[in-house]
Amino acid sequence: MSRSRSRSRRWVKTTIGILLTGVMLFPVYWMINVSFTRDQDMRKSPPDLFPVHGTLAGYRTVLDEQLPYLGTSLVIGLGAVVLTVALSAPAGYALAKLRPRGGGVLSFVLLAAQMIPGIIMAMGFYAIYLQLGLLQSVPGLIVADSTLAVPFAVLIFTAFMTGIPGELLQAARTDGAGPLRTFWSIVLPISRNAVVTVSLFAFLWSWSDFVFASTLVNGGAHEPITLGIYHYIGNNNQEWNAIMATAVVASLPAAVILVLAQRYVAAGVTAGAVKD
Amino acid sequence: MNHTTKLQAHRPTVARSGAATAAPPPARSAKRRITSTQWAAWAFLAPVTVYLALFYAYPLYRNLDLSLRDYTVRSFVQGDAPFTGLANYRKVFADPTFAPALLHTAVFTAVCLVFQYAIGLALAVFFNQHFRLSATLRALFLVPWLLPLIVSASTWSWMLSSESGVVNAALHAVGIGPVNWLTSPSWSLTSVIIANIWIGVPFNLVVLYSGLQSIPASLYEAAAIDGANAWQRFWRVTFPLLRPVSAITLLLGLVYTLKVFDIIWIMTKGGPADSSTTFATWSYHLGFGNLLPAFGPGAAVGNLLVVAALVFGLVYVRVQRKQGLS
Repeated sequence: MSRSRSRSRRWVKTTIGILLTGVMLFPVYWMINVSFTRDQDMRKSPPDLFPVHGTLAGYRTVLDEQLPYLGTSLVIGLGAVVLTVALSAPAGYALAKLRPRGGGVLSFVLLAAQMIPGIIMAMGFYAIYLQLGLLQSVPGLIVADSTLAVPFAVLIFTAFMTGIPGELLQAARTDGAGPLRTFWSIVLPISRNAVVTVSLFAFLWSWSDFVFASTLVNGGAHEPITLGIYHYIGNNNQEWNAIMATAVVASLPAAVILVLAQRYVAAGVTAGAVKD
Repeated sequence: MNHTTKLQAHRPTVARSGAATAAPPPARSAKRRITSTQWAAWAFLAPVTVYLALFYAYPLYRNLDLSLRDYTVRSFVQGDAPFTGLANYRKVFADPTFAPALLHTAVFTAVCLVFQYAIGLALAVFFNQHFRLSATLRALFLVPWLLPLIVSASTWSWMLSSESGVVNAALHAVGIGPVNWLTSPSWSLTSVIIANIWIGVPFNLVVLYSGLQSIPASLYEAAAIDGANAWQRFWRVTFPLLRPVSAITLLLGLVYTLKVFDIIWIMTKGGPADSSTTFATWSYHLGFGNLLPAFGPGAAVGNLLVVAALVFGLVYVRVQRKQGLS
């Protein structure tokens, strides 16, 4: 009897959990709902809670108008991933395993770098890019966006690579492998999980970036999807189904990441904050 | 590109000294190996060091330089603006926007932190009970944190819209009149705070949950045997033992919340009439929001923000170090 009671209690908790999750995710549901709403129902009061007269007009507009923006965002995201991993994986290896003099200072600088507000970085980048003629260029934005992820990435790689057993690297050295060879053939393959975590976040952050995009490539030939949405809102556009449809499409990477790589995400969130 | 060639250039020396370690004189070769490891270490660190100098230190320096000169659009392009010392800072302090911006930044940060932490902690305790589906639901709670800020901000904008927003429709259903969430000066700050709390809860939940996991179950059992009820167990066991993690969460949250820009700018642009202006949006507004950009004062406001973020950042590092030692 007590067993069935604790079981029913467990279901009560699950029900409460589902309700809480529902409340939390209501804005996400609302975004999806509005993206399917017809123009003439948009200002209805009270609004339809379900897309009863669902339309794909919003998504058709996305296909017509937003594909170049999505393409640009994809290129920028992938570029930032490559740049971030290439810079931070070797650095993580050095800090974790080679114990350089001054490594502590560098780790500290990386930590401090994460705390600089993006808007300040954007203003500095703007001044520099203006002189170099790099405004409104995709490579320029890739570099700027990578600053969102590099310090975090070095910390993740360092934390992960510290866990690689020293005997393994010692064995490689005995076999005559230099540091570069050890890094490339042993450390990097073992650190696959860290590479995945870092790549996911680097991609997500540059895909989501608005500050750098709006300061560095605003009005340029290649603008990312965040600016695509921003222009939609700014144009006093009343087609909220199109705006929300774009928002849904722009959220897809986040959804994919959540489904495919949930454990990496949680690991990434906690890695920066909690020391084991 | 650059750093790979650099690494390769170092490789022969490293390989050679690696071979030398196999040769007899042990003391000398050990010393040599240490220096060669040092070289290798800095070769691996060189790219990121150069990168930090070019893309962190230099933009920060440019920003500082901007704030100390009298820039106009012309001199901004030509780079010959006269040095004016702290004039921009004086201008900023005397600006009628300064006091409201300071107040809004403080209120925004404090209110967001309190609610994010309280809600995050309540949820963490709830999910720590391991019921069916708890892991899946907990993962779903990450969604607001993963969404691009422009997506969250525009969704909240539409939900809070005065005439056709779902929030006002719900309020109407329970008999409360329409609230001009985004267009009334008395509500705009509240609106952006609500949206930002929604975005920040997942971070608090995840970090505090991982903190809860490290509290041994035996402590709860002992407390239960001593007759402590759930409420007492929370305040006497969970909360005190979670203090280190709480400190880290709050400090990191503080640094992150101070620099929130996207949400406010996209939802209200700091308005109406500066009613939701914080330092971050004010800085952007000065530098990029007008037809005639005021880069100098904009950079000055930004630097004040950097100082604040770094001060709290240092406190965070100290706390974390202390915890790492103990």
